[in-house]
Amino acid sequence: MDPIVELRGIRKAFGQQKAVDGIDLRVEAGSIHGIVGENGAGKSTAMNILFGLVQPDSGQILIRGRECQLASPSVAMRHGIGMVHQHFMLSPVHSVLDNIILGSEPETPGPVWWPRFLRPLSRRAARAKVTRIAAALGIELDPMTMVADLPVGLEQWTEILKLLYRDASIIILDEPTAVLTPNETEMLFRSLRHLRDEGKTILLITHKLKELKALTDRVSVFRQGQVVAVRDTAAVSLDELAALMIGQSIAVRAARRASGPKGRVLVEIKDLEVSREAHGGGFEAARLKGVSLHVAAGEVLGIAGVEGNGQSELIEVLRAPSRHPLARGTVNFCGADAGALDARAMRERGLAIVPEDRLVQGLVLEQSLVENFVLGREREASFCRGPWANVAARRAATRAALTEYDIRPSGNLDLSAAGLSGGNQQKLIVARECARKPHCLIAAQPTRGVDIGAVDFIHERLLSLRDAGLGVVLISSDLDEVRKLSDRILVIYEGRIVAEVDPDQASEETLGQLMGGSFPSSRLGSP
Amino acid sequence: MPHIQTILRPILAVAFGLACGLVLASFAGESPVHVLAILGRSAFGTPYDLGMSLYFATPLVLTGLAVALPYHSGLFNVGGEGQMIVGVFAAAAVGLLWPEPGALVAKLLTLAAAFTAGALWGAIPGWMRVRRGAHEVITTIMMNFIAIGMTSWLTLGTLRNTETMNPETRQVGAAYLWPRLELFGDAPLSVALLLGLVAAACVYLLVWKTPFGGELRAVGLNERAADIAGISVGRTRILAMALGGGLAGLAAVGEIFGNSGKFKIGFSAEYGFTGIAVALLARGRPLGVVLAAILFGALHKGAGDLDFETEFITRDLAVVMQSLVIIAVAVDGFWRTGKGRS
Repeated sequence: MDPIVELRGIRKAFGQQKAVDGIDLRVEAGSIHGIVGENGAGKSTAMNILFGLVQPDSGQILIRGRECQLASPSVAMRHGIGMVHQHFMLSPVHSVLDNIILGSEPETPGPVWWPRFLRPLSRRAARAKVTRIAAALGIELDPMTMVADLPVGLEQWTEILKLLYRDASIIILDEPTAVLTPNETEMLFRSLRHLRDEGKTILLITHKLKELKALTDRVSVFRQGQVVAVRDTAAVSLDELAALMIGQSIAVRAARRASGPKGRVLVEIKDLEVSREAHGGGFEAARLKGVSLHVAAGEVLGIAGVEGNGQSELIEVLRAPSRHPLARGTVNFCGADAGALDARAMRERGLAIVPEDRLVQGLVLEQSLVENFVLGREREASFCRGPWANVAARRAATRAALTEYDIRPSGNLDLSAAGLSGGNQQKLIVARECARKPHCLIAAQPTRGVDIGAVDFIHERLLSLRDAGLGVVLISSDLDEVRKLSDRILVIYEGRIVAEVDPDQASEETLGQLMGGSFPSSRLGSP
Repeated sequence: MPHIQTILRPILAVAFGLACGLVLASFAGESPVHVLAILGRSAFGTPYDLGMSLYFATPLVLTGLAVALPYHSGLFNVGGEGQMIVGVFAAAAVGLLWPEPGALVAKLLTLAAAFTAGALWGAIPGWMRVRRGAHEVITTIMMNFIAIGMTSWLTLGTLRNTETMNPETRQVGAAYLWPRLELFGDAPLSVALLLGLVAAACVYLLVWKTPFGGELRAVGLNERAADIAGISVGRTRILAMALGGGLAGLAAVGEIFGNSGKFKIGFSAEYGFTGIAVALLARGRPLGVVLAAILFGALHKGAGDLDFETEFITRDLAVVMQSLVIIAVAVDGFWRTGKGRS
């Protein structure tokens, strides 16, 4: 079959950095094509070029055999190419329908002299079309619902419907399952197969090899800006894929490592309630409803849940208890009531945080690696000389950390944090937080969007911290991660801890059901 | 070291602004070469002219710093004018209430009073922003009006100079007057110029060489990350606004105490607002603030002679040129972000 999309020798450099270095990619019509690779391998750049967001320095793009200049996303859209980004681009205060038609609003007929932008919106035809598309895919979605009221899975469907409404025939999905429960994922996959059978072409960027195996027909492996392998999915094993991605064979992931003896209780939360007002906005902010939990030294407490079920609020309360005057309940930290402590005081008492969003919450992207490594620790005695910042000590400490955590490139300490790939950014944050010598570490989605090498590294770090006697709170929507690292797992759903499970006994299905809000009766109840 | 472009671009912006101004002058019927010659001669021709240029630049250095310092913490201090007026008024009030301390004590008192009053005037909007989210651009503008009204009322009511018909206070004690710098002929340039330079050096050291400065810049670039890292965002910002207000408070010390020794209502040639332009042109860099202040001071001085020596244009050309420079700086920033997106 002829390829519907073909990239030939695509090159793109950002400054000195070659993002893609001669990509050749063929995607056949009516197939689901997987794109895998570590962070910084050039997947996103290649897809952004195909979507018209980035212009290549050289090379050809052929759509349906004809060479095209994709000068912008709207040009790409005219060629039938659409993309769903990892972070949704929806307006929460508009209905699903309005979000879908935004930018290609149906025109109402009217006199020629009457300006187009002043014509009233005609929603009826659009609504019928959207309903028809959704029904064909078996999605239950009322187009008139406000996006703010949708669960994440349906927000994603809104994005996909947006493309289908515009008759896209080539759909690029960037990490579509990162925010979904296992059950939602399964449903997404069913529908994607359905779309493929209707003749759509789907490009799927993912880090999760299992999903690749489950869904795709063919897979292209990216490494260092090039496509290093193309395989029929049916004929390739997970280990082989992993090996192709990182360029060497890796050991099968180690089984869970049991913890040693537990120490004193470090964090104890009782009957915590946080109302929406206390959180100060955010449309999907779920409240916390009577959450109680405790973490002891020397254990990893996993908190599993789909994002937006109260995890962010839980982190907020823990990291700065005094900022939530409307919260009820008690927070104890290291044996003392912490209800009146602010973020700085909690830090000083030994709390470290790997925040869930490294770009917004973890790093100051414009600043250098050194400044990011000392972020929040500027006043530590070892980093100061009298009233002045001790630049030499800061640089030495940063250099040591870059080596220890294998953060690359390690040559230039003055590089801005934005210049690191996602995995290296995350390792820099982990390095910084560990260097604070904390008693307790909150790790929120510590390996999201991070390449396999960095995942293993960070996991190993977290376990060795635990073995060194830290209490670790692991908040993650990645079931494999939670099961591999945790000594106990709490499942959070709509602001409640709905179950405590033993990681050795809980199956993925059970956890998935709990995370999705359906409770097998035997497990129902609070811990 | 800043990248070469960060130095070159403002210079190009200045050149562009000046060139556009000269083109406008030629439309008005004046030879651009002639206008440029007048500007240059009038701003730098004699030591006196240079001294006057520096005299106008002095308050701009400080009001520019007053914008630049909070800017690095992510706040836009538009209240330099009010902070300057309150600061120098407080200093004048101290000078009137205690007329005859020792010379050194008087100087220190002046500085302390001006800085403290300005700092307070800056800290209030900072506090309102941190505690209640009241936007500092709005509140600092409002505080400007309050400052003007309040000092006018006190000047006319309590501290009025009854010997003249002018809306001004009585004269402060002789110990408070600052010595002139005699390097520049009769120009009323006082030691306050050095004050501006010292302040610029202090701001540089504070922002780039101290732990607090590191926190300040982190807060300005990514408030959320700084907060999570344990930096007190609120305290940092209030302090930044207070320090900025304090610097603005010092801005008119040279103007009042290096000269008449009287607080005059409406003495300011909008130094506080021009300081915003100075800080923008300098991109918040202290050395840039000094250079930009000198440029604006020179334009101000140089344009004075346009009234006499040209037929069709007036000193307002200086304001036009300053505005064009700022537009060029803004366009440069816009152009760069636009380029970054493609």
